[in-house]
Amino acid sequence: MKSFEYARPETEAEAVAFLGEVESTAILAGGTDLTSLLRAELVTPARVVDLKRIPSLHEVTKVDDGIQIGSLVTLEDLAKHSLLSNYRSLFDVVDGVRAIQVQGSGTLGGDLCHLPNCWYFRSRYGLLAMENGESLPEAGDNRYHAILGNSGPAKFVNASRFAPALIAWGAHVRVIGPAPEQAEWLPLEYFYVTPRSNAQGNTILKPGQLISHVWLPDAGRLASATYEVMQMEGLDWPMASAAATLKLESGIIRQASIVMGHVAPVPWVAQEASRLLIGQPLNEETASVAADTAVTRATPMSMNEYKVQLARTAVKRALLKAADQSPV
Amino acid sequence: MDRDQATRQGPGFNRRDFLKGSGAAVAATAVTTAVVEQQAAAQQQAAKLVSAAPQAITLNVNGQDHKLTVEPRVTLMAALRDDLNLTGCKDVCDRANCGACTVLIDGKPVYSCTRFAIEVAGQKVVTAESLHTAEKTDLVVEKFCEHDGMQCGFCTPGFVMAVRGFCNAHPKATLDDCRKGLGGNICRCGTYAGVLQAAFDTAQAAN
Repeated sequence: MKSFEYARPETEAEAVAFLGEVESTAILAGGTDLTSLLRAELVTPARVVDLKRIPSLHEVTKVDDGIQIGSLVTLEDLAKHSLLSNYRSLFDVVDGVRAIQVQGSGTLGGDLCHLPNCWYFRSRYGLLAMENGESLPEAGDNRYHAILGNSGPAKFVNASRFAPALIAWGAHVRVIGPAPEQAEWLPLEYFYVTPRSNAQGNTILKPGQLISHVWLPDAGRLASATYEVMQMEGLDWPMASAAATLKLESGIIRQASIVMGHVAPVPWVAQEASRLLIGQPLNEETASVAADTAVTRATPMSMNEYKVQLARTAVKRALLKAADQSPV
Repeated sequence: MDRDQATRQGPGFNRRDFLKGSGAAVAATAVTTAVVEQQAAAQQQAAKLVSAAPQAITLNVNGQDHKLTVEPRVTLMAALRDDLNLTGCKDVCDRANCGACTVLIDGKPVYSCTRFAIEVAGQKVVTAESLHTAEKTDLVVEKFCEHDGMQCGFCTPGFVMAVRGFCNAHPKATLDDCRKGLGGNICRCGTYAGVLQAAFDTAQAAN
């Protein structure tokens, strides 16, 4: 691990200032991934800015039209918070992280900014994993790579486990920096980008910026669920996942939002599948049709065709699980 | 096992440089060395920005304060093992995957490879060493023995700490709760059945 300066700001403004003072910085939240990235020298910042001592980032508060969650709220705190008890799809995610150590340290913002687990990226070939002009995942082992949105050079899958659930809820994120006092809210969906070059990164975050808060609309009478397809019982990453947020009235779907995870370089919004559910009852049959529609445009690579079926199953099970939890 | 041993202490580092760097040198002429050291340590704890050079910190481990000098990049695991010789937390994966380095920080189980020692100054760290002393043996240790929850033993200290933290937080846990909660520790010998039974027994005994 290369040496670095260590900053521990106590306000959001101080954090932005510390990030702006030097060229290369890394943001430390729960540390469950950054310490590994530093150890592997995949990131070599001159300064690490630790956000843990900023009280406003640990708060969950009721705001006029919804709930505002600080980016440093841990998975464990999220699952326990009374204001969040109606956002079931978030609980499903916490429940799937099968390690009390990660539940206790890992943070919401850390998850949203988690760098891809693509093994080429983690072996220093960059986000696009190119060597001599050739895509390594394309030519090599792509069993955990993208099956959607993979026509460009990016073949990795987005690593965030909360993003599908949050996007299905219509979440916004507050990005602060790089200028002092600069803050912007944007839909989480637009936070992620599919890079065309290694320098581009997989989010809109520029140096000196960070996510300070996540906003969720009032849960109202909406129901939600996440289904993650896992290979192992213990701590592992999903091979595919889906989150659904639904509004059911007398058994008929009035509103639906389906988002898939770990299938594309960005969380994949299944718009068409969501749309065709409107006005339908939710049952095995309609859930299956929506699931088929969600993966109909999939373009699997040489070794990951199995993921199409996993994604299909994830969508179907997330829908049925959400319907089960709908208030009668 | 410390992979950074060669570079841990930067060349030419001494207390004078440290005092100069931390801005405490102004006070140094007027007071005794001990007071200067105390002040410097307090200032260091409070400082919002510290350089990459070794820093004086105080770690509270198993109820005792330890003064040590570590660079910001030194993980808690490395500090415990290499500076304090508390080798109960094991250096296995060093990347938040295996759980062998689990310790409790303020009562919660944490992978000590995912924290920097400097972050933890001021918090209470508890390691596997504390579970078995001349006076007492923790129930978790007894239950691990009873249910044969170990084979080669390398994952055991981390597992024992994870079980201790888990049972503190979930005193009425079912066997299934234990299975879900303890997925963050890996045993390559496959002692899971014994470990889970030990965790279940410990959780039940707390009722």
